[in-house]
Amino acid sequence: MMRFLLPAGVFAALALVLFIGVQRAPEKSVIPSALIGQPAPQFELPILGTNDGFNNASLQGQWYLLNVWGTWCPECVNEHQMLLEIARSQVLPMIGLNWKDEDAAAQRWLTQLGDPYDVVAVDRDGRVAIDWGVYGAPETFLINDRGLVEYKHVGAMTLNVWREQFLTRIPRAPPATGGER
Amino acid sequence: MIVELGHFALILSLMAAIFTAFFGLLGAHLNRAEWMAVVRPSTYAQFTLVSLALLALGYAFVQNDFSVLYVATNSNSALPVFYRVSAIWGGHEGSLLLWLWILVAWSTAVALLSQGLPASFTARVLGVLGIIAIGFMLFTLATSSPFERLLPAPPDGRDLNPLLQDPALAVHPPMLYAGYVGFAVAFAFACAAMLEGRLDQTWARWTRPWTTIAWAFLSVGIALGSWWAYYELGWGGYWFWDPVENASFMPWLVGTALIHSLAVTEKRGLFKSWTLLLAILAFSLSLLGTFLVRSGVLVSVHSFAADPERGMFILAFLVLIIGGALTLYAWRAPLLRSAAGFEFTARESFLLFNNILLVIAAAAVFAGTMAPLISDALGLGTLSVGRQYFDPVFLLPTLPLLALAAVGIHSGWKKGRLSDRSRAIWVTMIVSLALMLALVLGAWDGPKLLTPLAFALGIWLVLSALIDPWERWRRGLSLTPAIIGMALAHAALGLFVLSITAVESYTRERDLALAVGEAGTVGEFEYRLVGMETVEGPNYDALRAEVLVYENGDLVGTLHPEKRNYWVQRSVMTEAGIDMQWTRDIFAALGEDLGAGRWSVRAQVRPLINYVWFAAFLMALGGVIAAADRRYRRKDTSA
Amino acid sequence: MTPRQRRVTLVVGILAGVSIAGALALSAFRENVMFFFDPSQVAAGEAPIDKRFRLGGMVRPGSVDRQAGSLELQFVVTDFQQDVPVRYSGVVPDLFRENQGVVAHGRLGTDGIFVADEILAKHDENYMPPEVARAIKDKHGGVMPANPDLRSVPET
Repeated sequence: MMRFLLPAGVFAALALVLFIGVQRAPEKSVIPSALIGQPAPQFELPILGTNDGFNNASLQGQWYLLNVWGTWCPECVNEHQMLLEIARSQVLPMIGLNWKDEDAAAQRWLTQLGDPYDVVAVDRDGRVAIDWGVYGAPETFLINDRGLVEYKHVGAMTLNVWREQFLTRIPRAPPATGGER
Repeated sequence: MIVELGHFALILSLMAAIFTAFFGLLGAHLNRAEWMAVVRPSTYAQFTLVSLALLALGYAFVQNDFSVLYVATNSNSALPVFYRVSAIWGGHEGSLLLWLWILVAWSTAVALLSQGLPASFTARVLGVLGIIAIGFMLFTLATSSPFERLLPAPPDGRDLNPLLQDPALAVHPPMLYAGYVGFAVAFAFACAAMLEGRLDQTWARWTRPWTTIAWAFLSVGIALGSWWAYYELGWGGYWFWDPVENASFMPWLVGTALIHSLAVTEKRGLFKSWTLLLAILAFSLSLLGTFLVRSGVLVSVHSFAADPERGMFILAFLVLIIGGALTLYAWRAPLLRSAAGFEFTARESFLLFNNILLVIAAAAVFAGTMAPLISDALGLGTLSVGRQYFDPVFLLPTLPLLALAAVGIHSGWKKGRLSDRSRAIWVTMIVSLALMLALVLGAWDGPKLLTPLAFALGIWLVLSALIDPWERWRRGLSLTPAIIGMALAHAALGLFVLSITAVESYTRERDLALAVGEAGTVGEFEYRLVGMETVEGPNYDALRAEVLVYENGDLVGTLHPEKRNYWVQRSVMTEAGIDMQWTRDIFAALGEDLGAGRWSVRAQVRPLINYVWFAAFLMALGGVIAAADRRYRRKDTSA
Repeated sequence: MTPRQRRVTLVVGILAGVSIAGALALSAFRENVMFFFDPSQVAAGEAPIDKRFRLGGMVRPGSVDRQAGSLELQFVVTDFQQDVPVRYSGVVPDLFRENQGVVAHGRLGTDGIFVADEILAKHDENYMPPEVARAIKDKHGGVMPANPDLRSVPET
């Protein structure tokens, strides 16, 4: 009675295809950063609110964070408290990349919510963001003392992400910052 | 606190479902009455507990409790209360909870209305439904809990996706799921019949009304989704052959086949194994649809954010449920024998061809939907299948299907006695052929060969479906709900064909570049942009255009298309301006600022388009009327 | 006809019908399926000249060029390695923007310009056409949103 087994056989083949599909599905939505382990792209941009320029080559030899943000980005509001906590912990310098924003709005934002950044570089036309492979805000990069991209977090920074993904990568991590859950 | 109670209720409901499945299946197997007695109460418990969970989530939404992650991601304090309620199923987690609630609601309905069925059979049906419920409860609790907290709570939520802030889409998921999940009942009846070894005609009669009602829900759900796409996505299309649309359409096609083959099995005891297979297939395709939408293997407008972990979970569940049922089928179906024969022009053979054509149509849709996935899995490159494939391949089996339906509804069981109705069939056929000839000879500017053919088929089907009730009414014979329902559903199918043909053949559409005061022509219509203003809604502001539409110089419509900017999600949405009229829709959507004071405007005039959805509702209504027939409520269990 | 003959006729008829349908479906499939190409593949001459296909990538910043007040539009689709100019006439989707993922359906002209008859952009902020995402991954790197609904992109 083979013909009654046929549906089960067809289904088994289908399940196999679906299995491969699911295996590949993460690849469709999450692209592992080719930047990780690569030298961080260099940039020279104006510093927010000044006439000076900032070149990230000046940070050569030390660990730092690069946080991509904009006042048009609602999720950036949500991560702001966490960024302030990180800044307060003084683990490493944090560079803000103000992406496709208006200077006045960005300055108002930092006055109202507090300024976690050591330097805010202004990427008005978004070219630096392209070099860094940025698709949306917020994104946070961790750059090591050899100038290589160590890690990249996509989406809002949270206490868990900070503790588990960033602090564990930074050598001689000091005790975790406050803010208990 | 309420939210934690909801979460707890969901965990308890899992216990109740395990109880139901265990005592139902094992109790029936060991024939222990006291075990089987547990099944009904534990089914009611599942329903009560899942209802509590759903209410708790609804409470969190209405109270704007943004400390709940799911509420924070899918709602906002500026969102009107109605949409806060519908936001419950606006995302993956909550819509899964709704799916689950509808499943246990169906189980409860079965428990309540199956008093006339043998205890062991009911226990098995509810046991199988319990297993399905366990799978979805585990899925919800393990990977997709809507009750997760977000601490500290954000001051406000990120708002419901503006595309979903729409009345039709608020009702679309419940309807669609009621259909999808309703096929679980037919599936459970089939599994119970196979387990019980009770493969006679009675199970077909018990299954029939449930299947028909589920089918009616699914029809309405699909129609609402298509209606929503038409006016909310902004560009005037109503069916895109999108993977997610196909995922709901395939169960519908197979479900339609199932309704018809159940009729044969009930009346004549034929096609038994085939009917069982269709019952398994209809629900399997529903599950497959759920998988495609939620696993991220196919990306579409409607799909939820991709999550491979969830995909793996549903796939494992899929393999367990469908694989189990098909194995059971391979084991039990060979025992079935159909002794009775039938003549070539008997109703049985018409329904056989109906089934074959519907399954071919479903297979064609299936092939097109899965092709990108298969090609990708085999590393053959990324391809996409669009309407250039689906349109012709779908029409191929469905056109003969319509002609068969027009004749077949007048055929008798066993002996093909078309003769007493042959005059009516001839008359209706000649009327429709005359119409076709008129179209071909240019009474209308028929653009394609298909247009007159499809019009003729549509008219023929409408007339042919109405002969029987009309004759009965004229002769003073009784009109049962079954007869009225069947006639209505088939006439509605004819209406559906007519309206879709009109839309596809006579739509006028064009993209225009208009400044205020300028006009452009679309066929015999003239679109004139007369004003632009800014307006503000509860959670958006919008640019609103006023467009006057003239036909041969007469004003026939005033449209107000909008470009909305939703504040929280910062997304721009096109809100089409549509003037619904009895014979057509006059449509305009506002595009972007082209510079030099001009705006792009998509202008469309679509004849009879609203009858497409109206016909789908009539079809569903026909199903409901037929399912309400008294003979399904008789208590006797004999064949 | 005897019942047996009748049944054989029936089975043969059904088989014939199914195979005709299958053959027609297969030919419709071969003719109408559209393959996806990214700008690098187009530059390498892999894309067909006479057949419709899907072109995907990012809209290069600063490349969108429209004659004021007209529906005619030119822009450049890029994967950060190669560029393909695209011409289109009509209404573009709400989320068609510079530096955003886009998929265009159309044909490649002999002059190297892709003439699009349909433009698909992300339907909402969360959606990146998967082929585009993959094509760009291969060329450039960078991370697609892991939880994309939590992020946003700037308006140009």
